[in-house]
Amino acid sequence: MSLLQIKDLAIALPKGADRPHAVEQIDFDLAPGEILCIVGESGSGKSMSANAVMGLLPEGVRPVKGEIVFDGTDILGQTEDQMRAVRGRDIGMIFQEPLSALNPLMRVGAQIAEVFEAHGLLSPGERQKRALELLREVQLPDPEKAIRAYPFQLSGGQRQRVMIAMALALEPRILIADEPTTALDVTTQAQILKLIEDLRQKRGMAVIFITHDFGVVADIADRVIVMEKGLIVEQGSVDDVLLRSKHPYTQKLVRAIPGIVAGEKHDFSEAPVILKVDGLTKVFTTGGGFFSKPRVVRALDDVSFDLYTGETIGIVGESGSGKSTCGRALVRLLEPDSGTVEMAGVDMAKLRGADLRANRRKIQMIFQDPFSSLNPRARVGRILSEGQIAYGTPRREALARARELLSLVGLDASAVDRFPHEFSGGQRQRIGIARALALDPDIIIADEAVSALDVSIQAQVLDLLADLKERLNLSMLFITHDLRVAAQVCDRIMVMQHGKVVEIGPADRVLMAPEHPYTRSLLDAVPGKEYEEALKKVVGQ
Amino acid sequence: MIRFILARLVKAVVILLAILVLNFTLIHMAPGDPAAVMAGEAGATDEQFLEDLRRRFGLDQPFLVQLWIYVKGAIQLDLGYSYRRGMPVAELLWDRLPATLLLTGTAFFISIILGVIAGVAAAARQGRWGDTIISTLALLFYATPLFWIALMSVLLFSVVLGWLPGFGYETVGANYTGIERVIDIGRHLILPATTLGLFFTAVYMRMTRASMLEVSRLDFVKTARAKGLKPRVIQRRHILRNALLPVITLAGLQAGQIVGGAVLTETVFAWPGIGRLMFEAINQRDYNVLLGVFFVSAAMVLLFNLITDIIYVLVDPRIRITQ
Repeated sequence: MSLLQIKDLAIALPKGADRPHAVEQIDFDLAPGEILCIVGESGSGKSMSANAVMGLLPEGVRPVKGEIVFDGTDILGQTEDQMRAVRGRDIGMIFQEPLSALNPLMRVGAQIAEVFEAHGLLSPGERQKRALELLREVQLPDPEKAIRAYPFQLSGGQRQRVMIAMALALEPRILIADEPTTALDVTTQAQILKLIEDLRQKRGMAVIFITHDFGVVADIADRVIVMEKGLIVEQGSVDDVLLRSKHPYTQKLVRAIPGIVAGEKHDFSEAPVILKVDGLTKVFTTGGGFFSKPRVVRALDDVSFDLYTGETIGIVGESGSGKSTCGRALVRLLEPDSGTVEMAGVDMAKLRGADLRANRRKIQMIFQDPFSSLNPRARVGRILSEGQIAYGTPRREALARARELLSLVGLDASAVDRFPHEFSGGQRQRIGIARALALDPDIIIADEAVSALDVSIQAQVLDLLADLKERLNLSMLFITHDLRVAAQVCDRIMVMQHGKVVEIGPADRVLMAPEHPYTRSLLDAVPGKEYEEALKKVVGQ
Repeated sequence: MIRFILARLVKAVVILLAILVLNFTLIHMAPGDPAAVMAGEAGATDEQFLEDLRRRFGLDQPFLVQLWIYVKGAIQLDLGYSYRRGMPVAELLWDRLPATLLLTGTAFFISIILGVIAGVAAAARQGRWGDTIISTLALLFYATPLFWIALMSVLLFSVVLGWLPGFGYETVGANYTGIERVIDIGRHLILPATTLGLFFTAVYMRMTRASMLEVSRLDFVKTARAKGLKPRVIQRRHILRNALLPVITLAGLQAGQIVGGAVLTETVFAWPGIGRLMFEAINQRDYNVLLGVFFVSAAMVLLFNLITDIIYVLVDPRIRITQ
């Protein structure tokens, strides 16, 4: 007997959208106590179907066909009042970004207690008591203190635990988790996945887990649904879908996931050193002054390494490890407190004025977010030419070069006349790469350059970067939190924690035989390792 | 918190002193000699008489000496003497301050309460006729010049309809006492306070509406809906509280003008407050009074900035006091 049945569901998008329906012909069942993963890339409609179950579709988007049967009644036929009784009590929900999903002005305890209040349960005192018990159940450290905390005072993982506590308050029979670990670090992600798994077993709760990460799917799913452009292309048990996938789209997605060990590795230690970083230190001090003691964060603590010509070094670490600060300090977007950055015999860290400007073009950056890193009011031609013009290239030549660059990164030269918003995420990231190349740099710093992209797009962009590196003889620093990506593109890997370099070495060695316990814990937390082994066996046969 | 307030007060005193010096210097650079104006009004053009006047008021002293005497006095809250009115400036200001504070304070509360209520109402009816009516009215008040509204409201409510007194602070010669006097002042207050408050009502309304709509699209509102909360509760507890933050910033700005912002209204309605005093002082080159008004206005701006910052810390836990 299934708990939830979705039959032939279609959800219409408002007029003028890129397709008439967000999702169509959606059919699936959810059994009690089952974890069902819905995977797909952005725009596949995976969140839409789950939101429809909650009756929480965005404005202008509505179901036009089919039924969602929960507990014998069709949810789509319910009034708003009836749906309100279902939300929170029978179906709980958690979201991707736990910071924005919590009210910043309310204490955590009050936000949990609110769930009981919404359904008219318990007295105010009992609500607080239950909130405390729930926080304990989701294993929040020091729950007595946490209950009085505001969301901004908790870490990302702790906030997501609060969200889970909130969703579980009334012991719902279904938990809908919409990309709940995407914004978290790997080690935190592993803990949250384990928590969801534990709670599922303890309470026999069914989970609809929406994700784009096949590693996560492999670790927790019982059954999997793969969606593409609003349609279900494949569904079945986790082994069937991941190891014996029938649909070409699924196969493409599965293949696009980089393995933890892959790619050709080279040893560049014979090549000349192009960038020599020595003792780089940056301390951030917040607050302090008149009366109070300042808070000191050592974002970079005596970081030293050499980058050889033609080499790619991956800088990996969790948020707050100092990896992005490192990249920014190298290009002098941040002033390092001490240390030297020697590039072709010049100390970048101490240059001033015209000398700094002249040397800056040799080291260029690609940013994480392809949406916010391009000026939305500037045409692509201007984005790609203004750097060159600033260095004295005549406008006409600079624009001609912009066209060349576009074809270099696999875009049509006509793109110069268009605005960034006319491109997809992957295309924008190509523009970002073209911009970095416009000044003929020797070194590229890619800061989480593929993290915001879907796996299939990610693979294309990584291929492009590898190809360009080869053709233009570039050296690269590749900053990422994703060990799989690092494994694929990097020759050497440098692991950072609390601003310190804890380990640096050839990629294979660091990944296969890590020396530092922190590196080991990072590797252990990567989801989907067992499945990767299994997949290798299947492919091998 | 107390340390923060103390530190800010120390800073405020320093800034106030700087303002004092700046104002004094600027006034001195302005053309027009108070002695000449006074002599002119007295009908005397005798050079000797002018010299006497200058000596009596200390205007013959070097600039720095005059500045020093003024600042030294101001520190002891002695803002000089108004020869035009024949009384100390501090006393004069003290006399006029209550009327101004009553007017601007009332206008402030009217505008913030009405503005926020209208903004919430408009946001709840986004795109429907209720929203259109409220927004159009707000735009009208926002765009119409204050003096015109003032004159028209006098014309309508006091000249044509005769409902409310059109000028003054209370009925002259009626000698009301107790509750009767309060009612009388209240009746005089309605027109100027409403006129003064209309513009800011419109500003608060627009701000609240935009802010409500923006917050209602945030993730935590969806979380609140997923809990099964009633729309009314979501609106009050989750949306409004967050939407009010930018309104507080604006209210702080308006509150800073609580002394100096009513010149026009006070002049039109013959309201015996600081604003009118300033207007008259300019015409009469009564520099000591003018400097005194500037001084009090500046002090109020600083005070309300501090109060706004304290309110911010109280309503938004994310804002920590960093000195």
